[in-house]
Amino acid sequence: MSSQQDFRAATRQWLESNCPESMRTPMVQDEIVWGGRNPSFKNPDSKLWLERMADRGWTCPTWPTEYGGGGLSKDESVVLRQELARINARPALTSFGIGMLGPALLEYGSHAHKLEHIPKIVRGEIRWCQGYSEPGSGSDLASLSTKAELQGENYIVNGSKVWTSYADKADWIFCLVRTDFDVPKHSGISFILFDMASEGISTKPIQLISGSSPFCETFFLDVKVPTANLVGRLNEGWTIAKRLLQHERTMISSFGLASGQSDRGGTTSTVASVEGAAMHYRGDKDSLSDPVLRDEIAQFKIDSEAFAYTSQRSIEESRQGQGPNATSSMLKNYGCELNKRRYELLLKAIGSQGLGWEGEGFADDELLVTREWLRSKGNSIEGGTSEVQLNVIAKRVLGLPDILSISKK
Amino acid sequence: MALVLSEDQQLLKDAARNFCQQRSPLNVLRELRDSKDETGFDAAIWKQMLELGWAGMAVPETYGGFQFGYGGLGVVLEETGRTLTSSPLISTVLICATAVNELGSDQQKASLLPAIVGGELLMSLALDEHSLHNPSHIETTASRTSDGFELNGSKTFVLDGHVAKKFIVVARSSGDRDSKEGISLFLVDSGSTGVTVARTRMVDSRNAAKISLDKVTVTEAAVLGDLDKGFVGLDRVLDIARIGLAAEMLGSIREVFERILEYLKQREQFGVLIGSFQGLQHRAANMYTEIELCKSVVRAALSALDDSEKSGQGIAELASIAKAKLSEVFMLVSNEGIQMHGGIGMTDEFDIGFFLKRARVAQQFLGDASFHRDRYASLKNF
Ligand SMILES: Cc1cc2nc3c(=O)[nH]c(=O)nc-3n(C[C@H](O)[C@H](O)[C@H](O)COP(=O)(O)OP(=O)(O)OC[C@H]3O[C@@H](n4cnc5c(N)ncnc54)[C@H](O)[C@@H]3O)c2cc1C
Repeated sequence: MSSQQDFRAATRQWLESNCPESMRTPMVQDEIVWGGRNPSFKNPDSKLWLERMADRGWTCPTWPTEYGGGGLSKDESVVLRQELARINARPALTSFGIGMLGPALLEYGSHAHKLEHIPKIVRGEIRWCQGYSEPGSGSDLASLSTKAELQGENYIVNGSKVWTSYADKADWIFCLVRTDFDVPKHSGISFILFDMASEGISTKPIQLISGSSPFCETFFLDVKVPTANLVGRLNEGWTIAKRLLQHERTMISSFGLASGQSDRGGTTSTVASVEGAAMHYRGDKDSLSDPVLRDEIAQFKIDSEAFAYTSQRSIEESRQGQGPNATSSMLKNYGCELNKRRYELLLKAIGSQGLGWEGEGFADDELLVTREWLRSKGNSIEGGTSEVQLNVIAKRVLGLPDILSISKK
Repeated sequence: MALVLSEDQQLLKDAARNFCQQRSPLNVLRELRDSKDETGFDAAIWKQMLELGWAGMAVPETYGGFQFGYGGLGVVLEETGRTLTSSPLISTVLICATAVNELGSDQQKASLLPAIVGGELLMSLALDEHSLHNPSHIETTASRTSDGFELNGSKTFVLDGHVAKKFIVVARSSGDRDSKEGISLFLVDSGSTGVTVARTRMVDSRNAAKISLDKVTVTEAAVLGDLDKGFVGLDRVLDIARIGLAAEMLGSIREVFERILEYLKQREQFGVLIGSFQGLQHRAANMYTEIELCKSVVRAALSALDDSEKSGQGIAELASIAKAKLSEVFMLVSNEGIQMHGGIGMTDEFDIGFFLKRARVAQQFLGDASFHRDRYASLKNF
């Protein structure tokens, strides 16, 4: 038996005895575990599952054991992922620490930063938010103006961020600040970390079109941040910021992946798959009676499969420890557009029952589709818009000339 | 399932690329077209391909092949797609050698496969009867005689039909016109009494023919595979062929896209390179993405063919995914190939038009995108 087969057998056995039964059912929105100083576990099994996975470092399987990670090789982590999928295990922990900050910190942080922050990310003890976008700086992120000024042992941060997802629930923020106003915009940005409990920070939730309020306006008034919290060198934060975006984009691209038979990640209801829903609401038995919709769904599913193979291929092609590159923009763009297509098709499949907002007359599943459809519109905006991803592909992958640098001449 | 090439496959691909670029560039096809060549492919180049072992790529060693698998044949086809090489690789090797290998008796394999690998035998599948691919719609009849069968009917879009020495004729030995039951495959010599072959000149300057069968008699031994139950085997052969064709299409698509990119980085208008216009950049970025998806499905499908554990259903789904996706993207990229070159793209002297022409023929052959979306939906039970 190869060592990989040994690993698979051992993993399977461990999961069999350690993954609680209720953690092998499709995830429901309000049982997602985000961790943090004041974590909420609606289902007590979630807590157990998180602790067991975190003890092995398997919430972050490839991170070094030195910092609490799982220390697995790329191949082993693929096996782990497959074995988790085999039993339909829920993610033990979902967080921006895992998908965004951690990988960037492992690459650019000092040993002290890693020792302080990585184990807490692995264990879900600190919940992070992302302070990038500002009212005047969205796609043109590098034009940001929240500033940090050195004063003794501290930076004093002033300004505001917007669309900060879960700023009102997060414990710490990774934040882009301007530390030099007199140089070209990319060269005066620094990457700092600070506690959201610091004095001078306030957050104001913003309601989305889907009705929920996951993101905030975030205001900083003379916030004191110890200079030790600077990651990388002063004014060289843009490189880290971009690298982190690649991780974020890879993470977001998974919205485009469907797991198994279900287009919506394992749900078992009548609206679990687009074609299943379309047939159910039409009373069809053997095949979908609307030929136009049938063709559209087939096209969508073919594209989904092609996308899933492409995500898988990009993992196979990346070398151990290399992480994502500019092709993350390709996956992000396609995955998000695919997810939007999925929901538009679901609406067509379900008809007016898929357009309820709340209350009587609609099943919970149906109401959820409405809300998820609305939320999906943000997929091609968050993490950089689809247009921005296409710009990155054109410039960084295809090597086409940059119109912006030409127009500046 | 491996989605990246193995080292051997990569070496083979590099060698194939070298060969095609040097020995069989696009100009060869142009000259064949302009000289209205009788054969429609360059015999000397074909001979060299045979020497390289390309005809035996997926054939077992017992029958003179090299057991490189469909993954091996796939990378070769991808490279011949780049230069639009006209050769019997698809008709004889991809389709007919596969059919004989998959369906033939030991005796049929022993007599036909080594001859294909050695280049003495060109073969062609005579399947389609109408202008749209529909493999279970068979009107050509096979009626019993005292010692065999009599075939009557006509076939179209028979690749390399004008030079093939043997056809695999799909005929109805029983059942209704559209039934999957009652379909049988027959080996028929092109020189048999009652066989008429008429070459058709297609827009892609590759080779096809219409053939008619008028009271053609064959013996019992001419049946390839199961009598009356030939459809399942035929469909599997077609799936392999669809996947191989998708690999060839991938090569052509990548070539067009690279030519587009080159032009975007070289042509100036309004005082800047046209590649700096966002209206073109985003279209290029979208094409790039679609092509990445194409690469993935072609790799997935080829490696499934070499995976003995993969089910027929799994292969069928992948074949339809690949043929649908590649057909769609070849259409997109070949159209953009013309558009992004402007006026010069419309000239015959410029090569890009050859790809547009090839695209439509390849799209149609063995089922276009809508055929395969329909088939995929049925395979997925909706
Ligand atoms: C659900 C959600 C969660 C988010 N979470 C966070 C978060 O946690 N932290 C955070 O910092 N930010 C977050 N964001 C913000 C997000 O990153 C920005 O909204 C995004 O980068 C776009 O910026 P903008 O909203 O200012 O749009 P704009 O940049 O003003 O864009 C408007 C339109 O112009 C187009 N456009 C802009 N520039 C170009 C160009 N060069 N070429 C072509 N088209 C262009 C855009 O594509 C878009 O269509 C979130 C956003 C959403 C929707």
